[in-house]
Amino acid sequence: MNSSSPVLEASGLVKRYGRVTALDRADFDLYPGEVLAVIGDNGAGKSTLIKALSGAVIPDEGEIRMHGKPIRFSSPIEARAAGIETVYQTLAVSPALGIADNLFLGRELRKPGILGSVFRMLDKAEMQRQARQELSELGLLTIQNINQAVETLSGGQRQGVAVARSAAFGSQVVILDEPTAALGVKESRRVLNLIRQLRDKGLPIVLISHNMPHVFEVADRIHVHRLGRRAAVIRPVTHSMSDAVAIMTGATEVESDIA
Amino acid sequence: MTQSNQSGPRDVAAHEHVANTSAGQVARFEEEALSLGRRIHRFFHANPTAAPALVLVASVLVFMLLVGERFLAPFNLSLVLQQVTIIGTLGIAQTLIILTMGIDLSVGAIMVLASVVMGRMAIDFGLPPSLALAIGLLTGAVCGLLNGTLVTRLKLPPFIATLGTWNIFFALNLWYSKSEAIRSQDIEATAPLLQWGGTAFELFGARFTYGSILMIVMFCAVWYALNWTAWGRHVYATGDDKDAAELAGIRTRRVLLSVYIVAGVICAIAAWLLIGRTGSVSPQAGYTANLDSITAVVIGGTSLFGGRGSIFGTLIGALIVGVFRNGLALAGVDVLWQEFTVGMLIIVAVTTDQWIRRTSA
Repeated sequence: MNSSSPVLEASGLVKRYGRVTALDRADFDLYPGEVLAVIGDNGAGKSTLIKALSGAVIPDEGEIRMHGKPIRFSSPIEARAAGIETVYQTLAVSPALGIADNLFLGRELRKPGILGSVFRMLDKAEMQRQARQELSELGLLTIQNINQAVETLSGGQRQGVAVARSAAFGSQVVILDEPTAALGVKESRRVLNLIRQLRDKGLPIVLISHNMPHVFEVADRIHVHRLGRRAAVIRPVTHSMSDAVAIMTGATEVESDIA
Repeated sequence: MTQSNQSGPRDVAAHEHVANTSAGQVARFEEEALSLGRRIHRFFHANPTAAPALVLVASVLVFMLLVGERFLAPFNLSLVLQQVTIIGTLGIAQTLIILTMGIDLSVGAIMVLASVVMGRMAIDFGLPPSLALAIGLLTGAVCGLLNGTLVTRLKLPPFIATLGTWNIFFALNLWYSKSEAIRSQDIEATAPLLQWGGTAFELFGARFTYGSILMIVMFCAVWYALNWTAWGRHVYATGDDKDAAELAGIRTRRVLLSVYIVAGVICAIAAWLLIGRTGSVSPQAGYTANLDSITAVVIGGTSLFGGRGSIFGTLIGALIVGVFRNGLALAGVDVLWQEFTVGMLIIVAVTTDQWIRRTSA
């Protein structure tokens, strides 16, 4: 993957909140077809970094490039339009709406012809068909009814719906924020499998997680964030978990072998 | 919960269908048999109009036994429909707003203000009735825009924003009308269009007004908009979880603003129907209409916590109140017991809603 150029990269990002510098000349890069984990202590600025990449935060300085071209997002909607899908920790699903409704929330399909253009009629059948297809591709069809309210699903199934939505619409990058934080062991496993499946479909993935075993299990590279900037990029094959923690906490200084 | 209710219209007939087919399927899907209580809970959770529909049917049966033929006469039943026309129409506006987790205390005041504007434009200024009607509808839209702006721009809680505008609109109405009513004869002579809603026709011994037919048409139109357009899904999503809707890419401020404007226009249509029903324009009318419309919505099973409920529930809710008032009056019960009963209905309805909203009962 070193031979290709990054899908998404950022250099020298700075974001200040009053006197607090959340991002201090942070760099970032994501290559095609990889799972990049972003780890860091609380307050290291990793969530600000992710928000900058997903359009939720506008950096004060620095540049974000997609396929080498500079881009600026002023809202998450713009980032999404550019093909960057984010699964937030809060999941951003509407509990009372059904699975299909949630998958297409904000980008509903309308019926062709006059029904769609004049009467704005939704094409429910088509949305349900695509939702069913997307879920079965991800092996999530244990969900019985595509119109079932999301609040009646288990935590893992909800996470599955949110991931399925990002997979269905994320054409360039999928960002997952702590996808296993609220899940039990079994359900975490399924979500990790989902992440691998997405990567195998060719989507590069950014995974933010506190869970070291999970990170070392699925990540191809690990971006360690410390004090508002990238401290190192390591590989699970060359570094151990304790190395990662040492870099994260500042116990070891690494002249990074940035891949 | 069932495979049979996929995207089906949430009308009463569909509930019957679901009711007949659901019990067996639930048992087949679940590994352990569900207790009866959980099954009932799931059914009501998935079908928000089922509970009010049952109450309506039950109340009709009770009054049939209590009062007998006088209650069941087509003329009397159609009278109930006429009696709920105004509150039902305001209830449409109120449902839209409550679905977004808001509340609108100003619906009655918007209605009265719009009716005064329509009346004065046509009678005092001699404008063509259709133009007077249009200006009245525009007044409703502007009132809704003001409410929506207070809620979305100044971020006021809807309760406070509309508590303020309720008083403002009512004061404007008294000022603009000079606290004077416009007589029915004057409207009939110069602007009969404003009384269109009161025009009646007979069918099978029942008497229907154009106003009540228009109300039902509006219920159907809003049902369509809520269930078959993206806008409707966004209204539900915004009320359900605003932050989630925002993250999903819905411009919730725009959705909210549109809901308040549409509600304002519907209130102005209610104003037109009010002129049709009473024949005249009175600046003192409809002072409690806001609370009556909230009553209809709540009894109709729409949750005050937003995102849950259905528009036909409100029609049923308005009819339940209408049936109780009419039936109790026919049974010769004192008016104060009508109020008492409506109060009980509200408390029972909200208690039921609390129970239904729980997902893990």
